[in-house]
Amino acid sequence: MLAFLVRRLLTLALTAWLATMVVFAVLEVVPGDPALLMLGTQAQPDTLAALRAQMGLDQPIPVRYLRWVGGLLTGDLGTSLTYARPVADLVAERLAITLPLAAMALVLSAVIAIPLGLTAASRHGRAGDWAVMAFGQVGIAVPSFWFAILLILGFSVKLGWFPAGGFPGWQAGAGPALKALLLPAVALALPEAAILARVTRSAALDTLREDYVRTAWAKGLRRRTVLIRHVLPNALIPVATILGLQCAFLIAGAVVVENVFTLPGLGRLLYQAIGQHDLIVVQSVVVLLAMSVVVVNALVDVAYAAIDPRPRVRT
Amino acid sequence: MLNRAKRLALAAATALALVPGAAWPQARTDLVVGMRLEPPHLDPTAGAAAAIDEVTYANLFEPLTRVNADGKVVPGLAQSWTVSKDGLTYSFRLRPNAKFHDGSAADSADVKFSLDRARAADSVNAQKAYFAAIDTVETPDPQTVVVTLSRPDGLFLFHMASGDAAIVAPETAATNKQTPVGTGPFKFERWVSGDRVILARNPAYDGAQPALDRVTFRFISDPAAQVAALKAGDIDTFPQFDTYEALPEFRANPAFMVMVGSTEGETILGTNNGRKPFDDVRVRRAMAHAIDRKTLIDGVLFGNGAAIGSHFPPHRAGYVDLTGMYPYDPEKAKALLAEAGHADGFETTLKLPPPIYARRSGELIAAMLAEVGIRVKVEPMEWAPWLEKVFRGKDYDLTLIAHTEPLDIDIYGRPDYYFNYKSERFLKVEEELNRTQDPVKREKLYAEQQQILAEDAVNAFLFMLPAATVQNAKIEGMWLNRPIQANDVTAVRWK
Repeated sequence: MLAFLVRRLLTLALTAWLATMVVFAVLEVVPGDPALLMLGTQAQPDTLAALRAQMGLDQPIPVRYLRWVGGLLTGDLGTSLTYARPVADLVAERLAITLPLAAMALVLSAVIAIPLGLTAASRHGRAGDWAVMAFGQVGIAVPSFWFAILLILGFSVKLGWFPAGGFPGWQAGAGPALKALLLPAVALALPEAAILARVTRSAALDTLREDYVRTAWAKGLRRRTVLIRHVLPNALIPVATILGLQCAFLIAGAVVVENVFTLPGLGRLLYQAIGQHDLIVVQSVVVLLAMSVVVVNALVDVAYAAIDPRPRVRT
Repeated sequence: MLNRAKRLALAAATALALVPGAAWPQARTDLVVGMRLEPPHLDPTAGAAAAIDEVTYANLFEPLTRVNADGKVVPGLAQSWTVSKDGLTYSFRLRPNAKFHDGSAADSADVKFSLDRARAADSVNAQKAYFAAIDTVETPDPQTVVVTLSRPDGLFLFHMASGDAAIVAPETAATNKQTPVGTGPFKFERWVSGDRVILARNPAYDGAQPALDRVTFRFISDPAAQVAALKAGDIDTFPQFDTYEALPEFRANPAFMVMVGSTEGETILGTNNGRKPFDDVRVRRAMAHAIDRKTLIDGVLFGNGAAIGSHFPPHRAGYVDLTGMYPYDPEKAKALLAEAGHADGFETTLKLPPPIYARRSGELIAAMLAEVGIRVKVEPMEWAPWLEKVFRGKDYDLTLIAHTEPLDIDIYGRPDYYFNYKSERFLKVEEELNRTQDPVKREKLYAEQQQILAEDAVNAFLFMLPAATVQNAKIEGMWLNRPIQANDVTAVRWK
């Protein structure tokens, strides 16, 4: 097990190093000078030189790369060129929106999808089943950004119940903040819920054919009890797997939904930083995202290894 | 002494004021202003982004002088000033009770610090050239600043009115980017990064108190989201609203008011005068004849914009109408091209920066130029590469951009500017302008410069970028025109 862990850690380090190289190289190749972008069309050459020196852009490329990576290793993500603030602060601020949004969407999709899927399975081939299947088709087909616009038109412009976008900040209190996140979370949850409902339905259908379920029916248990006590726990295994996979999709989907609702989340930070050529922010956020994927993958591998010994002995 | 009746009336009024939702509704004292772009930071002395000034100018920071809604230079932190006969010595008298938001006095030492910092060797001021003529800054007493110039600068007071010349305190200069401390009627309250900046009324302000208690600037870049936010009442006023196709809808709705004024943005077909075939004035004149400005304004701005014939806004004193010099005439354009040896036209590239007006104008102009045989390849670009390649690298044939700095006709006299335009005639007038203080004489010189640029057809001059504001019909006091990049809300109130 130890040798396996060491091997995994080495692969992890190698992947991380490659990620920093690729991100840094790509941003070096893309044209655009952050100092010029900041000073605009009236910039004087001496002012530009002063600002470039202040930003550390006058240093040779290898020095800048080493400084950046050195900072990353010591937990220092650097300072944003445009916002002149530590990247770690910016990221933390933005995660305070993106993570609750993704979590709300995840909970919403589970709360909507699991009862729907169970109902459909228990009414297999009847109207209720068809209705859920239809919802699933539509939910998967409708792009979340378009659904988001519909939600804004309906609930903000027409009814005025929710703000049409933006985020008042957690300082404004949990109530207004959660209110601002609800419509985006619904928009984000719909396609995920549609997929999940279909998965739950087919998993439940499979379970319904099991002998122990037949036994439960034969004991004369109520339909509700059979479904919740006997079918659901076993059907949940594939559902949980899909739900886990959806976490990554939710973060990606949040980028789109954040832009429609102008929510200042991590996705929008990255989007704006690219536009402003804020190299430090782009580099650090991309590496952070890449690292989190790498780490999650590694954790999954380790977990599998704990359950199933075969990967441990493979060289 | 109050008599009994008056005292009773006063008591009644006080009681009424305390009852929530009393008989007459109180006017609102908060305002949400919509902006397209978020400022990268809030220090106007260290960045060119217009969004910085659009939040802070006149509201939070004050320069010595300032520009008002009519584009005139009026007192700012300096309540008065005198200029010596030779135009070299400016003596400013500061407001005696001016204070920074941290409570410290704003005196001549702060002014000297601000001006010296802007012109220092390591200055990162985006408009360092504004301060280039300053020789010395002296502070004979806390209320007096004497600035001596090394050469006359006719625009000195105008430049000192820009956000880049905002007066800052040495103690807070380094932290103004995140927590700005100025002398204006509003002070910084909070910045929800990526979403909004909130300013609160500064009760210690020594000038007239604004009617608003709280101003929130919200940043929404998506046009559809801007329209939705206005309709949902999330945003009260949206200056510089550039989704022109939505204006008729708002005009038809009595809850909204639409104002269309002028900016300082001369929109031009930027032409590389140093590159063949554009080094030939006949080719440039041919292009000027080939563009139908009326169609362009209708197509791009939905009719909201004025055509121009040179690099000067119609609303400024000294403007000459030169729009008739190159009327739309494709035949004439073809003849001029043939004369220049391009009877079969030629191929060229048009590099477009991101704004909507540029992308839309570019497509239309490419089609118009194709009519006379100029085959244009349109190349859309992001800001960073545009600045790097077109503006700094001068690696382009044609581009399209609005020059939004006020009174910026002097860019045609700058060596190495991206137009690659060189004219002794223009430079001679420019030198004379710098020596001239008299407004009437200055207007004549500006007229002469406009004439020279039009004759040389340096760029094809297209239209003035309009300043459209969409807002709640109950708001008054927002600026109609944009003589400077600012959202001055100090005089805004709810009816």
